[in-house]
Amino acid sequence: MRAFRALLKRDLGLGLRQGIDALVVVLFFLAAGALFPFALGPEPALLARIAAGIVMTMAALASLLSLDRLFTADYEDGSLDGLALSPLSLELVALAKVATHWLMTGLPLLAAAPVLGLLLNLAPGGYPILLLALVLVTPALSLLGGLGAALTLGARRGGLLLAFLILPLFIPILILGMGAVAAVAEGRSALGALELLVALDLGLLALVPWAMATALRQVLR
Amino acid sequence: MHRFANPGRFLRLANRIQPWLKALTVLGFIIGLYLALWGSPPDYQQGETVRIMYVHVPAAWMALFAYLLVGLASASSLIWRHPLADVAAEAMSPVGAAFTLIALITGSLWGKPMWGTYWVWDARLTSFLLLFFLYLGHMALLGAFDDRARGQRSAAVLAIVGLVNLPVIKFSVDWWNTLHQPASIVRMGGISIDSSMQWPLFAMAITFHLFMLAAVIERMRTLLLEARLRNQRLAAFERVGTQARASE
Repeated sequence: MRAFRALLKRDLGLGLRQGIDALVVVLFFLAAGALFPFALGPEPALLARIAAGIVMTMAALASLLSLDRLFTADYEDGSLDGLALSPLSLELVALAKVATHWLMTGLPLLAAAPVLGLLLNLAPGGYPILLLALVLVTPALSLLGGLGAALTLGARRGGLLLAFLILPLFIPILILGMGAVAAVAEGRSALGALELLVALDLGLLALVPWAMATALRQVLR
Repeated sequence: MHRFANPGRFLRLANRIQPWLKALTVLGFIIGLYLALWGSPPDYQQGETVRIMYVHVPAAWMALFAYLLVGLASASSLIWRHPLADVAAEAMSPVGAAFTLIALITGSLWGKPMWGTYWVWDARLTSFLLLFFLYLGHMALLGAFDDRARGQRSAAVLAIVGLVNLPVIKFSVDWWNTLHQPASIVRMGGISIDSSMQWPLFAMAITFHLFMLAAVIERMRTLLLEARLRNQRLAAFERVGTQARASE
């Protein structure tokens, strides 16, 4: 556990020292989301209807941005070999990387989501459920993204391949996240969709570190 | 399984059964297509368009079956390092992708007259599209690395993770209200399709199995021969290098 915390602290420190990275993710999220009023027309009623969906889609896209750097630096300077030799199991190394990714992108995105919601004229009643859904959606995005990063580590044009591999897998997450948002908008209970999201998060939490470690072992072999 | 771990033995066996398999496939297509196009009645509701079913349904079955096999081959490659499993997975996935595409295209052509649209985002169609992307991702990963073995390992992990999608596809028509109709062959309570359409469908399904087997064995044979060629070329380079050094 101490080794896990040390790794998390090191990665967070490295990330924060180049503080621009987390900022770029947020700026991309806002800038890409701000394209929609221009593409679809700034009619408030239309924007209010699609605002939550745009926020969630843009969060999914923005979380892809920093993924291809998740392991690359450690892979290139040999730190990954060091981590493999450390007492920390490779599964936990993978989990620490995913946690770092969530803290560096998921959390800033959560903070920026209300701003984008405001720009897109999201109805006031829609904010709590959207944020709650994002709290559950972003960890799943980070977990799946981490898997993609481990699978494509060292590949030619890895970033592009990563996006192509992972984006289709985001579909179920978006369906469930938007299911919760839509339920509240229609005055139904969002509990079912939220429970499924939690189940998805837990399932991914159990499966993904193992799969990532298997993939990383092939890199180090 | 490990009796066939030797590529040489596999190649000898494949060479022996491949002509028979190909002949049976051609025969199956003649019988199956005849039954499907002429030997079966038009549907009382759908008319002649029901004949799309005889391609659409077996292709969809094959797409799922092939993915299951890719997943199993990937698992046995990671667990037992079975030397032919990687070759099998690599050979299987383009064939499976082709069946998936056929099922998607025929389904879309069938959907236009029946549902009034080529495509809807219902659960069955979406999960099937996801299957197609998984196949493409598998193929892309296989070719994305300079080190072939690394690509095979990565693709194997992806294939195993993607297995989650199979039950979702199978039960999507039961779990959600979909435009796609529920299962009528593989379901609780037996078959709910008339025998005049059942037999052409089964004939086509058997033929599709034969075709897949023949295509996969052919691709495996090609991949193994390619690997052998690569090794011989490397050995030749090495020989020339040693001679050059010796003459200096």
